[in-house]
Order: sequence, then structure tokens, then C-alpha cells
Amino acid sequence: MERNHLQRRAAYMRETLFDQGYLDEQFIQLEDLQDDANPNFVEEVVKLFYTDSARFIRNIELALDNSTHHDFEKLDDIMHQFKGSSSSIGAEKVKRECTQFQEYCKAGNLEGCKRTFQQVKQENATLKRKLESYFQLKRQAS
Amino acid sequence: MNLGGSQAVKSMSVSSSSVTRKSGDGVSDQFPAGLRVLVVDDDPTCLRILEKMLENCLYEVTKCNRAELALSYLRENKNVYDIVISDVHMPDMDGFKLLEYVGLEMDLPVIMMSADDSKKVVMKGITHGAVDYLIKPVRIEAMKNIWQHVVRKKKVEYKGKEYEQTGCVEDGEQQQKPPEDAEYSSSANEGSWKNPKKRKDEEEEAEERDDPSTLKKPRVVWSVELHQQFVTAVNHLGLDKAVPKKILELMNVPGLTRENVASHLQKYRLYLRRLSGVSQHQSGLNNAFMGPTDSTFGPMSSLNGLDLQVLAASGQLPPQNLATIQAASFGQATNKSPVPVHLVDQRNLFSFESPKLRFGEDSQLLNNNSKQINLLHGIPTNMEPKQLATLRQSAKSFGNLNTQLHSQSSETGSLLTQMSQSQSRTPILNEISGTHVLTLPSSPGQPMLLRALPSSVLSRNGIENVRRGTLGSVSQPSPDLEFSINQGDEFPGNSFPLMSNSGMSILTSKGMLQEEVNSEMKMPRGYLPNYDTSDELNQNRTQDWGMQNVGSTFDVSQHSNIQGSLDVLPSILVQQGFSSSHKSEQSRNAFVSKAAFSVGDGRIGNTSNPGHPLNLSLADISQRIKSERLPNMGFQNTFFSEQFGQDDLMSALLKQQQEGTGAVESGFGFDGYHLDNLPV
Repeated sequence: MERNHLQRRAAYMRETLFDQGYLDEQFIQLEDLQDDANPNFVEEVVKLFYTDSARFIRNIELALDNSTHHDFEKLDDIMHQFKGSSSSIGAEKVKRECTQFQEYCKAGNLEGCKRTFQQVKQENATLKRKLESYFQLKRQAS
Repeated sequence: MNLGGSQAVKSMSVSSSSVTRKSGDGVSDQFPAGLRVLVVDDDPTCLRILEKMLENCLYEVTKCNRAELALSYLRENKNVYDIVISDVHMPDMDGFKLLEYVGLEMDLPVIMMSADDSKKVVMKGITHGAVDYLIKPVRIEAMKNIWQHVVRKKKVEYKGKEYEQTGCVEDGEQQQKPPEDAEYSSSANEGSWKNPKKRKDEEEEAEERDDPSTLKKPRVVWSVELHQQFVTAVNHLGLDKAVPKKILELMNVPGLTRENVASHLQKYRLYLRRLSGVSQHQSGLNNAFMGPTDSTFGPMSSLNGLDLQVLAASGQLPPQNLATIQAASFGQATNKSPVPVHLVDQRNLFSFESPKLRFGEDSQLLNNNSKQINLLHGIPTNMEPKQLATLRQSAKSFGNLNTQLHSQSSETGSLLTQMSQSQSRTPILNEISGTHVLTLPSSPGQPMLLRALPSSVLSRNGIENVRRGTLGSVSQPSPDLEFSINQGDEFPGNSFPLMSNSGMSILTSKGMLQEEVNSEMKMPRGYLPNYDTSDELNQNRTQDWGMQNVGSTFDVSQHSNIQGSLDVLPSILVQQGFSSSHKSEQSRNAFVSKAAFSVGDGRIGNTSNPGHPLNLSLADISQRIKSERLPNMGFQNTFFSEQFGQDDLMSALLKQQQEGTGAVESGFGFDGYHLDNLPV
């Protein structure tokens, strides 16, 4: 049955995301919160996150591009918030890159920050893509 | 979780069908279901997740993405929420600041959250009085247990209240807030005051204590006398070695529980700490406070009611008192400016800027003050009406104290000054004091007695933060206390005694305060997070610090300055301490107690300017307290009449100051306490 097949595909995709370390246990917490009254809770939260993350990323970019003076404390601060946000949805890889970025901030290593920031953006985009596919699949499957 | 807590819950919950939540009661029959939670986080993702989690726990959730907004919710109605959960990192206001405000004004338990799990930050949460600190990402399991903090707080309050009713000396003022209202919402604060490290102990105690724990426990009202006993015990043991159990034994007060003592001790410590932090700030506060003990003190008879208005009206409020208080907070005892009792309305009381206590506007001030008398709300010390009444009584005793103080040291205003000096560090304290003071008048006959201000005052850190935030801008909530007591130029110098004595002096120095208050109060109401709510608080909270009483008492004590103020101050200070530092409960307490102590220090007015305006902002006061040796610390026993538990605080503080105010300044680690210097 098509539906069944889609459901299995969705389940498999989900499992892969966990196995490959894109998502961690916190994502399961979100799933547990989902109920009949809020059937799309997880998707709703993920969407919120991506709206917000765009803002964070923009702010960091601005701060990093500042050629004159780099305020590492501010960078660290912004990233800290972003990290908190990404960890709340279970975005494990993104979180890890954020932590790395903060390490570079503390060390005052601008190059390291810039490099890591690219990683952050990439991981963020990747996860977003995958989650979108996942949710779409789930919708089709139900 | 503690079994005791769950037992308590079971006993409470009727386990019936619907959640029956009475308006003032806050405790539903299906507790913890229906627990009213306010969650604050600027991150929309986290906020949504938390909201859902809390809903899944069957709590009534209100989410808020801005701290200022959250505060306004809280202030709108005292009993709307049972517990607050807040993020540490927020753009519009630091989470710790919010924590302080809530603790001071509403006395609710606050849980902090952050992705930051560094020890430093967690410690900060503890010292600021958070009941818990959660690391993000938060799991739902953590949410399931948050009701324990509410229960704990109430239990403590109940116990205290029992004691209070039996052992309290107040003459009849026990006008405590309706137990239910107070209990549930404010008691939460009690719990939150408890040192997290002691939580286990408390929990155990709760278990041992087999009272049904209806969650509607009356608060313990730390009357002057009680507080005095407490301070005596602490001094006897030595602050370092003062443990609740021993203190309890020494105090030998029937009905008082170890938990009450523990809570009070924590506040006291915070207060002292705060004082030390504040001492820097206030240079002039002392003067202001210590101000002329003479005349301005007027009859300190009932500081509890510190009804500034009344005081103002009667012109009795010795500016000194106000000044003292303010001075304490502001640190600028200009001698003359009466402590702007107006803190109530003007959050800015703490603005140190020029002492503008114009007593002339006493009535105005008083009115304002009265409103704000609730500034102290924040103070977890449950400054209930009872307390206010106590304050009044204290005020009376203050008069005596003042004389004593006076005799003790020529610088009656020293307390204030000290307070003010110590303020620099702990603006909050000032604020607290300010608020306390102001609040006094508003509620008639309410024993302002600061409940155990010391603890609140002690939270210096909190105060500082508050101060920082608030001082600058009127709009900041914390500065409520800043009622720059010394603001008034014309501070007759009497107003300060308040500060020194117990912050009550602030009240007494009506004249001064008023002016100051006026000027101070200019702050947009919104600011006094702690105090601001005082309007509401004042009204709602019975903690009318009874400025009026203070005022009256001050007059009498004017001569003695400190005496009157002592009585008053302790209460005032205590209260103030509590309310002001939302940020840091500790500071609040510390501040308050400090203020109280400073007042009693006798240093009040000891600064060379007798007419030192009271515009001691709480910060000043706290500073003063810190910096100046509170010579009168020692007089806690002497000065403070029984009524004043707070006086003891103040005196203790003063003493400490004397010993070595510097110590107080240390950071908020408990080790930094200058209490070490406390003469035992």
C-alpha cells in the first residue's frame, strides 16, 4: 500500500537522522509532546526554529563581517542563544558546531570562528532540508 | 523529590474532579494540576516547547517573551501566578534581575534556565535566590516537579505563621495578608529564599514536620523581637558557624521551626552581603540617615505602619529617617534631603542624584509612599501587614533605639551612612530600603517589620545588579528603592535615622522622605519592579511598611535619631531589602537588614551633616551599611526593642560595619561576608 510504504519510508528517514547524529534525544521529547490536540507540534516548533535561526545567522554574519572590530563576546553571546535554540529541538550537529564556534570566540580566533560558522550554516541548512523532507513524507503518509 | 512534599500535596489535593481554584488561594484541589506558571524566554522556539511541556503537566501556563512584560503581568495582580520560570539570557532584562524583582515584589519561587551550565552562572542563580536552575534543553521531567517549590514555600510560611501568631510580640497588628493569598503566592518566595543547598534539609524537615501542609500557611513574621533574638543567636554563634539548628536552639522560641530560621538566615546573609556591597556607594547616605535623630524622628511609635503619609501629614516623619533610609540607599547623605519616602510611586527613589527630599511634599510623598509601601513586596520576607504593624511598633522602639544609637555613637546617622555607603554596591538594597520605607506609610498599622530583611538585604549581588540597571534609568524597575533618601537638600537630617534604624527611619523622616521620594519617585512607575508593584503591592500586600509609623516614630526619635530610625529602619530596611532586589533576594535582604542596621548604627547622622538628607537610595544605604562600620551593630541587642527583629538585623549589620565593613563588599559569595566581623 502506498501509504504504508510512505510511512515506512518516513520512519526509516527518521531513524537515519538519529543514527547519523543529526538529531538527538531532545527531538524525541518534542515528539512526545505532540498529541491529538497538537498533531503538528513538532513541525510547528521546527518551523519556529528555522525562522529564528535565520535571524541568528544574519546577526553573526554581520558581526563577523565587521572588518574593524570583532567583538568576540558579542559573537559568543549570539551563538550561545542560537545554541540554546538548536539544542531545544535536538539539532545535534548544529549544536556541536555552535559549541566549536564558541570555543574559537573564547580563544579570540577569528579565522576559526569564520570557518566554524560556515559549518554551522551548512549543518543548519542540511538539517532543515532533511526535516522538511521528513515532514512532507509524514504528511503524505497520513 | 521530597516525599514530604508529595505528602503535603496529597493531603492538600482533594483529588476531586475539577480544579477548583479560588482566586486568592492559588492552590487547586488537584494540585499540582492547575499550577499557574509564568514562563519567560526570549527564544520563541524554547518558549513554545516549554509552554507545551507545562501544559502537558496540566499546569496553567502563561508564556511571555519579554521580561518587562512578565513583570507587568506579575504586578498587575499579586496572586495570578504561583511560580515563574525564566531564562537567564534575555535581551531586555537580565534574567537575574527579573529574579530579584520577582523575589522582592511578589515573593514567588523563580526557576532559572539556561543553556549555560557553567558553575559561575549556576551559582549566581543560587545566590540570587532562584529555587532551581535548569540546564537547557529542558526536559519535561524537570517540569513535572516544579510544584515542589511552591509547596515548600508555603510550608515554610505556614510554619512561620504559626509561630508568629503565638510568639509574635506585635501588638495586635497581625494583619497579615489573607493566608491564602499570601500563602500561595508569596509563600512561594519563602521557599525560594531558601538556599538551594539547604533544600534537602528543608525537604527533610518538611517531611518530619508532619503538619498537613495545606499550602496556606501563614508566614512567619519576623518581628523585631524575634529578629533580635535571631541576630543575638547568630552573633553568639558567629556568622560563619551559625547554622539554623543551633540558632533555633539558642533562640528557643516555641513554634519556630528550623526551616523558618534557615530561611531567615539566608535572607539575613544576603542582606549583609548586600550591605557590604552597598557600602561603597553611599558616602552621604549615612549622613542622611543618621541625620538628626532629634526631632525629625517623631514618635516612632508605630513604624510598622510607616505610613509616610501619615507621617508626612503630621510632619512627624523625621526626614532623618527617610534620609537615613535613603542615605543608606543612596550613599549620599546630603543631610538634608529627606528621604523621599515616595519611593512608592517613584521607583527611582534610589536615584542618588540630588537629594530632593522635600518634605514639604510630605503628604504627597506619603501618599506615594503608601502606595509603594509595598515595595517591599518583593521581599520574600512576607512583609505582611503584620510586618508593617511590626514596623510601627518598631518605630516606637525605634525611638528608643535611636536614643540608644545615638548614645552609642555620635553618628547616629552612621547607620544610614553606612548604609548608603554600602549602597554603592547594592543599589538594590537601597531600593529595597527605599521601598520599604516608603511602603511603610501606606498600610496603616501594618507591621512593616521587615521580616527578615537581612536576608534580602544580603543579596547584595542582586542589589547591585538591580542598582545598576535601575539607577541609571528611572525606568528600570529595580530602582524603586532608590528613593534616594537623601535626596532632599533640606533634609533636616532627621530623616535618616530611619535608615539606620531599620530603614524605618526613612519613613519617619517624612519630610525628607517626601521630598526625596518625590524626586525619586519621579521614576516612571514601571520601574520599580520591586517597588513599582508596590502600588499594587502596597495595596495588595499588606505589607504596608507603614511608613506612617515610621514617620511618627521618627519624630520622637529625632533626637536620638537613630533610635527612632532604628526601630523603623530595620523594618524598613528589611522590607526594602526585600522588595528592591528582585534580582537578588539576597541582596534584598542584605540590604534591608543592612539598612536597618545602619540605621541602628547610630552612625546615622553621624556624618557631619546632621541635616543630611535622606536621599539615601537604597543603594546608598546598603553602601553605607557596608562601608561604615555600623557601630551600632552591636546594639542590636540594645537598641532594638523587642519589636524589632529587624532592628537586630540592623544593629547586627551595623556592628558588622563597625567591625569591618569592607568585608561586606565582597562579592556575593557567602564567604565574602563581612559578617565575619560581626562581633559576637
